[in-house]
Amino acid sequence: MNIAAWFFYLFSAMMIGAAFMVISARNPVHAVLFLILAFFNAAGLFLLLGAEFLAMILVVVYVGAVAVLFLFVVMMLDVDFTELKQGFLQYLPAGGLIGLVVLIEVAFVVGAWTIGPVSIANVTTPMPPGMTNTMALGRVLYTQYVYLFQAAGLILLTAMIGAIVLTLRHKAGVKRQNVAIQNARTPAEAVEVRKVASRQGI
Amino acid sequence: MTVSLAQFLIVAAILFTLGVAGVILNRKNIIVVLMSVELILLSVNLNLVAFSAFLSDLTGQIFALFILTVAAAEAAIGLAILVAYYRNRGSIAVDDINMMKG
Repeated sequence: MNIAAWFFYLFSAMMIGAAFMVISARNPVHAVLFLILAFFNAAGLFLLLGAEFLAMILVVVYVGAVAVLFLFVVMMLDVDFTELKQGFLQYLPAGGLIGLVVLIEVAFVVGAWTIGPVSIANVTTPMPPGMTNTMALGRVLYTQYVYLFQAAGLILLTAMIGAIVLTLRHKAGVKRQNVAIQNARTPAEAVEVRKVASRQGI
Repeated sequence: MTVSLAQFLIVAAILFTLGVAGVILNRKNIIVVLMSVELILLSVNLNLVAFSAFLSDLTGQIFALFILTVAAAEAAIGLAILVAYYRNRGSIAVDDINMMKG
């Protein structure tokens, strides 16, 4: 067994184990940390497949942004998670059964399937030889898929605005800066000149 | 590469199954449900990248990139809804989400 296969088994086993712990951990903080572990191992699998750019994006976007977002929300919400965990055993037979059925179905699909010669002939964007993965991806992404790329940017913009609108709130009773009122002030209303008598004060 | 395409597909299938089972098992805990959805999307990405590598076609990796984008947006919106809901109700139990009587 060569080293690529060895790493494949290592990454796969750790990813599946971490995914199992995500769905069965009692503490949601532990679940988020196992999710991070699963993403790291998935990035390792992507590296084995030669998709370096996606592996790094997975680490940056998922571990750096999404998982931290999950961690932040889990820690910010003061929820009694043991109460939420109570239905776990109740749903275990149904969940296990449905999981088993899905697994058997997918196994049938994987088992009875081959790549047709037509689909190999129909490769639309072949990997150019002698080019790094990132460069090849960029050449396709910014030319052939430029409209989808823009649409992805729009989706992210919408998500950002939506998240801000949903969670932003102004507390009553907190003094806020109003630039328009500040700029509209004139010396006449801001400064008052008074005559002060000597040794008396105001 | 000595690892075959079928092995990658099997790993992705197991991951997908774990995600589906997680959605059902943790029905009361919506945060873990969201994490299970992330696992499902990750397994789909793994499938796309595996096909892309074995057919040496870059389209699969492009699509995986777009799925990553949509998954990140989905997580952000989902968690924002969760935070807004928690502020209104003081709980995130799925059983309590019945204000609209749907």
